[in-house]
Amino acid sequence: MTNSLITNPLRKMMKRLVLRWLLYLLLCTFALYYMMPLFVMITTSLKNLEEIRTGSLMSLPREITMAAWSTAWSSACTGIQCEGLRPYFWNSVLLAVPAVLISTIIGAINGYVVAQWRFKLSNILFALMLFGCFIPFQVVLLPMARVLGMTGLAGSISGLIFVHVIYGIGFTTLFFRNYYVTIPAELVKAAKVDGASFWRIFFSIFLPLSLPIIVVTVIWQFTQIWNDFLFGVSFSQAGTQPITVALNNIVNSTTGVKEYNVDMAAAIIAALPTLLVYIVAGKYFIRGLTAGSVKG
Amino acid sequence: MMEWMEKQMPKLVLAPSFAASLIFVYGFIGWTAWVSLTKSKLLPRYDIVGPIQYQRLFDSPRWDVALSNLFVFGFLFIVISMLLGLVLAILLDQKIRTEGIIRTIYLYPMALSLIVTGTAWKWILNPGLGFEAMVQSWGWDSFTFGWLVDPDMAIYTVVIAGVWQASGFVMALFLAGLRSVDQEIIKAAQVDGIPTWRIYSSIILPSMAAVFLSAFIVLAHLAIKSFDLVIALTGGGPGYATDLPATYMYTMAFSRGDIGQAASSAMVMMMVVFAIVVPYLYSELRARND
Repeated sequence: MTNSLITNPLRKMMKRLVLRWLLYLLLCTFALYYMMPLFVMITTSLKNLEEIRTGSLMSLPREITMAAWSTAWSSACTGIQCEGLRPYFWNSVLLAVPAVLISTIIGAINGYVVAQWRFKLSNILFALMLFGCFIPFQVVLLPMARVLGMTGLAGSISGLIFVHVIYGIGFTTLFFRNYYVTIPAELVKAAKVDGASFWRIFFSIFLPLSLPIIVVTVIWQFTQIWNDFLFGVSFSQAGTQPITVALNNIVNSTTGVKEYNVDMAAAIIAALPTLLVYIVAGKYFIRGLTAGSVKG
Repeated sequence: MMEWMEKQMPKLVLAPSFAASLIFVYGFIGWTAWVSLTKSKLLPRYDIVGPIQYQRLFDSPRWDVALSNLFVFGFLFIVISMLLGLVLAILLDQKIRTEGIIRTIYLYPMALSLIVTGTAWKWILNPGLGFEAMVQSWGWDSFTFGWLVDPDMAIYTVVIAGVWQASGFVMALFLAGLRSVDQEIIKAAQVDGIPTWRIYSSIILPSMAAVFLSAFIVLAHLAIKSFDLVIALTGGGPGYATDLPATYMYTMAFSRGDIGQAASSAMVMMMVVFAIVVPYLYSELRARND
């Protein structure tokens, strides 16, 4: 009797400890699974081709060389041209910065109207606009290619900016709308009584409150646009391609010896900006993801 | 005049965006639908002849492959990502001290472009120097893993890479769902001595139906739109063994110059998306209005 009284709590504690241990083991195993491709990418990018051919996938590089990185950045071939990723990296910057800014600004103003200045049809208009987020973009590729051709924007970065703004607005509007509906309508009413105008209320009341949602929206849009491939490959031409398209060209059009280390270095370069954003502002990234989860 | 302007300002502000979506979403869908009913080849034609493009589409063995790939890929991708995401969320929900770091690790693939993911997995799964060679070098000489170049198995490599990319995100969705369950009920159940697995299976999970649904919608949507991943990982190959509707549409539109086929396949894709998304949106909107 007394014996079991002593051993029982002890056994329970032991069981708990083992379970806890197992739990951490499992969690770490999964962490390794998610880290593995990144690890392989980094180590492969630091090896020379000889070592890749003779060594193992997951071994650490015997001697570290940055040669693959400099090839990927400035001399890898994306088809006929062999200028590396550099020009395409800047294409993506030139594309993403204006497209993110414009779609965020338009989204903020639209969201302000839809949340705080409702008129008769505003909810239906908003629902119709939001619907545009859900279409598979294949359904607009053909007519968009024609419109860009007719307006002379085909194959240009401005054309791509235009496309990303158009199909980003529905979503940025949703973000701001969901944020602004939480601000009490009495605030607008009181400001109106005081004679403040539509724009005045926006700039001096709403905008100063908007920092968190601006961060979420900018991060979301930046990730979407930087990582986009479909629009990039459909609407750009040699010289204006974004980095994802150039990366795919480097990986899939190398003739002769396959330079895996260059491929991996190029992939990391293409991933670096969004990874950096994720590491620095992961909290906002996740907030955008879950808020944007209806879009996918 | 100024007063009128001020009064109409909300409408004036919303008008351009709405007009843009009218043209670039609805107008464009209309254009694609129209052209899908014509004999368009290299150039669009506008005389409607009926559903011949859809007949051609469903007679095409390549479309057949693309569609069945979508079902195989979509099913496995959704089921495995959901299961893995759920397991990870439950494991992480056990008051883990390093939760923040672990969550960050699980979720980072979502920040990557699918082209990057495809490139990485293409290297890992390549039979010559990748995973296969590594296991062989450990002494298991007869080990083979050539899915990437096997027409019957290549679609499963897309599943592997897709799950790696999206499962962390599902974990984040489920974790948020687990945290929003009423903690009082859980405490009460614990006090009553109900085992933890029963608390999960009978109390917590059933109350998360909405989270399951939205995870499903997101994953289904991702699966149907999958294009980048296939292009980067297999290029649709070997042959067209890993074609999906999205890559089929792209090939028809931009390399085959078959606008009729491109338009009709895009319309089928849209109908599949709508069949999944519209009921969901409808129920969401109704729930909000109630």
